[in-house]
Amino acid sequence: MGLEEMKAKKKRKKRNRLIFRTLVLAVMLIAVVYALVTNLQEETSVYEIGDKAPDFQLEQINPNNDRETIRLNDMQGKGVMLNFWGTWCEPCKDEMPYMQKLYPKYKDQGIEIVAVSLDGTELVVHNFINEYDLTFPVPHDKKDQVRELYSIGPMPTTYFIDPEGTIVEKVEGALSLEHLEDHLKEIQPE
Amino acid sequence: MDKIKCECGHVNPEGTVLCEACGKPIEGNQHIDGNDSKKLLNMRYEGSARRSQTYNKSIIDKIWSFFSSVKVGVWLIVIALIASAIGTIYPQEPYIPADAISRDPAIYYEAQYGITGKIFYQLGFHNLYSSWWYMLLLALIGISLVICSLDRFVPLYKALKIQKAKRHESFLRRQRFYSQTEYVTQEEKQTVIDRLKKQRYNVRDENGHILAEKGRFSRWGPYVNHIGLIIILIAALLRTTPLMYLDEYIWLDEGEEKVIPGTDGKYYIENKQFVLETYDEDDERFQEAIAQEGRLIPKNFQTDVVVYKTDGNNITGTEDREKYKEYDIRMNHPLKFNGYSLYQSGYQLNKFAEITFSIYEENDTDAKPLDQFTVDLSDPKSEYELENGFHVEILQYYPDYYLDDGEPASKTDDPNNPAFVFKVVPPENKEPETSFVGDVIRVAEEIGIDPENQELAPMSNVLGQFATNISATEDNKYRVSIEDIEFKKTSGITVRRDYTLPLFGLGAIIFMIGVVQGMYWQHRRIWIRPKDEGIMLAAHTNKNWFGLRKDIEKAIAETRINMVEDQQELDS
Repeated sequence: MGLEEMKAKKKRKKRNRLIFRTLVLAVMLIAVVYALVTNLQEETSVYEIGDKAPDFQLEQINPNNDRETIRLNDMQGKGVMLNFWGTWCEPCKDEMPYMQKLYPKYKDQGIEIVAVSLDGTELVVHNFINEYDLTFPVPHDKKDQVRELYSIGPMPTTYFIDPEGTIVEKVEGALSLEHLEDHLKEIQPE
Repeated sequence: MDKIKCECGHVNPEGTVLCEACGKPIEGNQHIDGNDSKKLLNMRYEGSARRSQTYNKSIIDKIWSFFSSVKVGVWLIVIALIASAIGTIYPQEPYIPADAISRDPAIYYEAQYGITGKIFYQLGFHNLYSSWWYMLLLALIGISLVICSLDRFVPLYKALKIQKAKRHESFLRRQRFYSQTEYVTQEEKQTVIDRLKKQRYNVRDENGHILAEKGRFSRWGPYVNHIGLIIILIAALLRTTPLMYLDEYIWLDEGEEKVIPGTDGKYYIENKQFVLETYDEDDERFQEAIAQEGRLIPKNFQTDVVVYKTDGNNITGTEDREKYKEYDIRMNHPLKFNGYSLYQSGYQLNKFAEITFSIYEENDTDAKPLDQFTVDLSDPKSEYELENGFHVEILQYYPDYYLDDGEPASKTDDPNNPAFVFKVVPPENKEPETSFVGDVIRVAEEIGIDPENQELAPMSNVLGQFATNISATEDNKYRVSIEDIEFKKTSGITVRRDYTLPLFGLGAIIFMIGVVQGMYWQHRRIWIRPKDEGIMLAAHTNKNWFGLRKDIEKAIAETRINMVEDQQELDS
């Protein structure tokens, strides 16, 4: 074996080793990045600001409202305040009067308030509606379908959806009167 | 550094300590394995060149050599171990108790545990086992494992493959087992070879230079073991992705139907019936155990369910559905379909299903009911027309009654402790009256029954009689009291989908194979080198030197060959 030949062989070996190491490291890097990314995505798999609000249809049980069923997509063109509540939830009791107070005014300006009840029985909802004189539609999510769809955690949770059907705000916990009005203005159609 | 040509003619890679072919110690590299200060040779990795310890040129080489260090690997494991331990100091986020001050981790940890809790939260320990940096740590351990193994396996494999039977004198002399014999006949040597073969040694003869070798494959044990570990690590990483692993829990009342969480609204489950069987109190065999436990012991609990499948592409709330599966879920008998497993995990007794009320005349000693009505608690009506002319309205209903600062309120929407405010309108439009009835759980607790573990159904009559009964209007002429209570049971079901389990199994099996391979076999080698009229004899094994000595004793028995001496130096 000549000296030149040996040098060439050595060079080739070095190059091969570099390629091999780069390949092994690259494969492992990709695997790690994949695992991390999919793991972080898990937390954002619920519907967030900027997402299209998923459609649903439920029976409406507020006798003060003429609608029989509520389907979210039928309300495109209107701003929708989508509220999830329960009769046993204390903060819900605090914010309901504010919603009722602002409802007539903003209804005329193209905003619909949809308060999805997560209660098990209709009676308690009816009593609640009578007590607070609610007039906005109250769809009844008896089988927890929509609750599951929106991954509702604490109550109340409120989504503000613009006329195009996109979620522009998500609020967990009760809203004050001013905050509520500010958010409603955000989703008001032009 | 350059390649080193040994006097036997073999060209060794840079960094080689012992010539790959003949084993002669290579001058200038002896410090690497510490051979310069000892008489015996360090046989680790056959004295082959661990590349990482020699080249360090490009950035790739630098990363490679960083991960190939066992020291780095051990430190990574230590850090992961410490982090894992710290993560157990306070509860992880999903296990913040339901009755905590706040379930918001930002508030909970500081409020509950003070400054250390705050630090715990801010450093992300509240979600440690799925936090990015913990996963990164596991991934780094994995990378270290791969590179460490590759970097050691390849040179070791090469060195064992290239090794020649003819070894350098100094190599033999510096083995732990060594002897020299002045005069040995060909016949004697042949006997030794035959006997070694009989002991299942692979014997190679190169011009009178003998190498007898056995159990080389045990040297691959650690690397097989590492492959298993890497598979387990990959499985653990995959388990954090929702695609591969899902774990949910649902509560289902008898007769209730709900969407199965995690199925994207594709499957619904209905609880047809929940069955709880307990060990027979009257059976002598169980009496002692039951007395010791102080309560009835469940023998079986099962949920009879129906699973419905929907077409899935419709709008939530309107989909068509069809019956898909019917099954009785019991402990250790989960319902399995389409990758999902539904396990029987828990139950709640004593959820109120129906209450029958009777209306009595106040101060009536005969206690004959004037009228009766039944309220279905899953769907109470607001008004009831009764047979004997009474009319009852439910003014208020508290499914889970408690007093909130003196105000009646409901804890949840589940009928765990119902209470009612009734408006009773007697026949012929007499003056309507209002009364408050309910809060049966208070009665149960007052008479010393634990409603969480004991079925209330057998004593529902007694409980009903003593339930709270308050006249809200003055001079009530009628009394509404609980006649009978029907309870229903709620079943807790775990929904799980785990595609990573087979991978964990595979990893564990390979891991075990590696352990067995490395532990139960030994790599033994015996060298014979002719010298003048006699021979040099040396031997090496990676463990169980006693066994090797026995092998040699058997092979050289009744020959003139000297038994090897153990030259082991004890570290001073």
